[in-house]
Amino acid sequence: MKETKPVMSGAEIFFECLKREKVEIVFGYPGGATLKIYEKLYDVDFLEHILVRHEQGAAHMAEGYAKATGKVGVVLVTSGPGATNTVTGIADAYMDSVPIVVFTGQVPTHMIGNDAFQEADIVGITRPITKHNFLVRDINELASSIRKAFYIASTGRPGPVLVDLPKDVINSVCEFEYPEKVEMRGYKPNLLGHQNQIKKAAERIKKAKRPLLYVGGGVIMSGGNRELRLLAKENNLPVTMTLQGLGAFPMSDPQSLGMLGMHGTYWANQAVNNCDLLVSLGARFDDRVTGKIDAFATGAYKIHVDIDPTCIDKNVIVDLPIVGDVKHVLAELAAEISSPPKIDEWWEQIHKWQEECPLHYEKHDGKLRTEYILERLNEFTKGEAVIVTDVGQHQMWTSQYYKFNHPRSHLTSGGLGTMGFSVPAAIGAAFAIKDRPVISISGDGGFQMNMQELITAVYHKLPIKFIIINNSFLGMVRQWQELFHAEKYSFTDLSDSNPDFQKLGEAFGMKSFSTNRPEEVDSILEEMMQINDGPSLAEFRVEKEDMVFPIIPSGATIEEMMTKRLNPKEMI
Amino acid sequence: MKHTISVLVENQFGTFNRVVTMFSGKGFNVHSMSIGETESPEISRMTIVTEGDDKIIEQVVKQLNRLIDTIKVVDLSGSPKVERELALITVYYQKGNRADIISVSNIFRGNIVDINNKSITIEITGPPDKIEAAVNVLEGYGIKEMARSGTVALKRGEQVKADKKELQQNIQV
Repeated sequence: MKETKPVMSGAEIFFECLKREKVEIVFGYPGGATLKIYEKLYDVDFLEHILVRHEQGAAHMAEGYAKATGKVGVVLVTSGPGATNTVTGIADAYMDSVPIVVFTGQVPTHMIGNDAFQEADIVGITRPITKHNFLVRDINELASSIRKAFYIASTGRPGPVLVDLPKDVINSVCEFEYPEKVEMRGYKPNLLGHQNQIKKAAERIKKAKRPLLYVGGGVIMSGGNRELRLLAKENNLPVTMTLQGLGAFPMSDPQSLGMLGMHGTYWANQAVNNCDLLVSLGARFDDRVTGKIDAFATGAYKIHVDIDPTCIDKNVIVDLPIVGDVKHVLAELAAEISSPPKIDEWWEQIHKWQEECPLHYEKHDGKLRTEYILERLNEFTKGEAVIVTDVGQHQMWTSQYYKFNHPRSHLTSGGLGTMGFSVPAAIGAAFAIKDRPVISISGDGGFQMNMQELITAVYHKLPIKFIIINNSFLGMVRQWQELFHAEKYSFTDLSDSNPDFQKLGEAFGMKSFSTNRPEEVDSILEEMMQINDGPSLAEFRVEKEDMVFPIIPSGATIEEMMTKRLNPKEMI
Repeated sequence: MKHTISVLVENQFGTFNRVVTMFSGKGFNVHSMSIGETESPEISRMTIVTEGDDKIIEQVVKQLNRLIDTIKVVDLSGSPKVERELALITVYYQKGNRADIISVSNIFRGNIVDINNKSITIEITGPPDKIEAAVNVLEGYGIKEMARSGTVALKRGEQVKADKKELQQNIQV
């Protein structure tokens, strides 16, 4: 007898699919085109729906959730403006390879193209910023499209996938069948690296005199941090990390050189410049890392491990590419190396660089500085917190002064550099992370870009610590204006136009603090750590015109690195 | 250097757009792009003629492969292939030179597909360089308008010397 399949509505199929994908949380905002889904959601008990205040917030929350857990973040919004509001979040997820699936409502299929109310061609709009997207035009394709969306988002190099759901498709019915396996002729992510290539790489590491591991976010995404640790510890290899790679290797370990690149440490950049073997692991030779391409690690034999073949030879031509999952490749590399390289001299040289030019800031003039706050925060949390930063000076200082010891504990917008990321992303992370403090750090500029989501945190009693580093400037832009644009501080001064952040926090119902005195930092942080029944907020009014050092100017070489503010006299 | 890239893609809504969007988003050059069904209706073949140095072409091929809807990407440059393009060219004629134009068309094995009292339309098929040559000659007469299909290409079958015995058997049959 033939098995009969259940007949279900589009909305029922939608939720049945989410159930099969083990979705626990959806960040969304209802609207006309998704009414039927929200009607059905009323009876759904296996997942939590978080009502946001702006769809961009939903997209960043899904990113924060995905980055913190490695699971797929899910967004549900309506057509037209609901869909277009997620675009920045989708682009952000695309640049940083974050697995999210965005469901957008759409006008009924027969009205598509008619400039109907709240219509936008979101599939067309998001084509260049998604890993893939679907317009479901037939209810019979609904289940398989959702199945594929989750599969594509979470496998290979992860990324955002958008599924557009026309209203009539959701309203109609069909027999439900969930495809057990996904078969796509055009998509077969390559997991295992080429054996011979791995053997060659192992030989190179064994013989290297000045090796360096250059670790990116791919190591964290693949869950390869243990394998990395094994490889690095057993062979005494120095490790430098990109912004997205921070935490892949414990930063309090003496083998960690910290971050490399534009605002990386002096010694990490010197190591890159002088190494004879550069092993790139799940990193993409971004311009913020390489500076001037022609002068980047010129003397090094370069090995590049990446799951995305397009990353190889895109910016920097490498000598030995290995396409594959970095976790697998790391494990095999570690097993393949029989004797560690002899690199004592190399380490001596690195230590010399570390002494030559350590991270430095003015501690004795009684003024409050971001670096100090971060050092105290590191002390309070022992590098165990999940830190979610925004974009700008505070982000770079965090990468320098907070010692991330675990993967998935540094969440930030790297590739796209999205101001306004921190507040919603911290909220998304806090829904998943309950055993460690979640701390959101923003500048006064970026904080105001998505501060409407504070109420989402308050309503759900999430114990997030919102920290605002207020220097009354768009600090990083100001820094570039001072260094490279003739000190024309065009539209970066917010001194006269910032709100009262403490009152703002209180208006949202949060215990809020504000200070400009270093001696009050400890007591505020301590009190914030005690508040666990809801979010709290602290505004730190820091020195206005501080700059992040070291800095290698855009497109420059390490020789042009500036390590401190030049005294006007020295400049003459 | 020009490269001819043959791409098998899913014959689906939006696939062509995905490829075009990728090319414009990455800033790659496109000389021509043509698409049509293959022997199996759910698969289309795109033939893309693009230009760039080796590094760029490598990226073009990788980026094409990266698209979910692409099934197979082959750079045909450097391997034996058959390339064809079709052009429709309308040329003005004056008293006395109509026969000249027709003879040019004949030299290029073109067909006359339309004529009126002012102009004559020629259909020419062949490798792109042949079309270029024909256009070059016809320009002297005054081209009114022109439409080109873009290149389509297939890899040549492997040339295997036939076995003598097999040949004889075939003859007997």
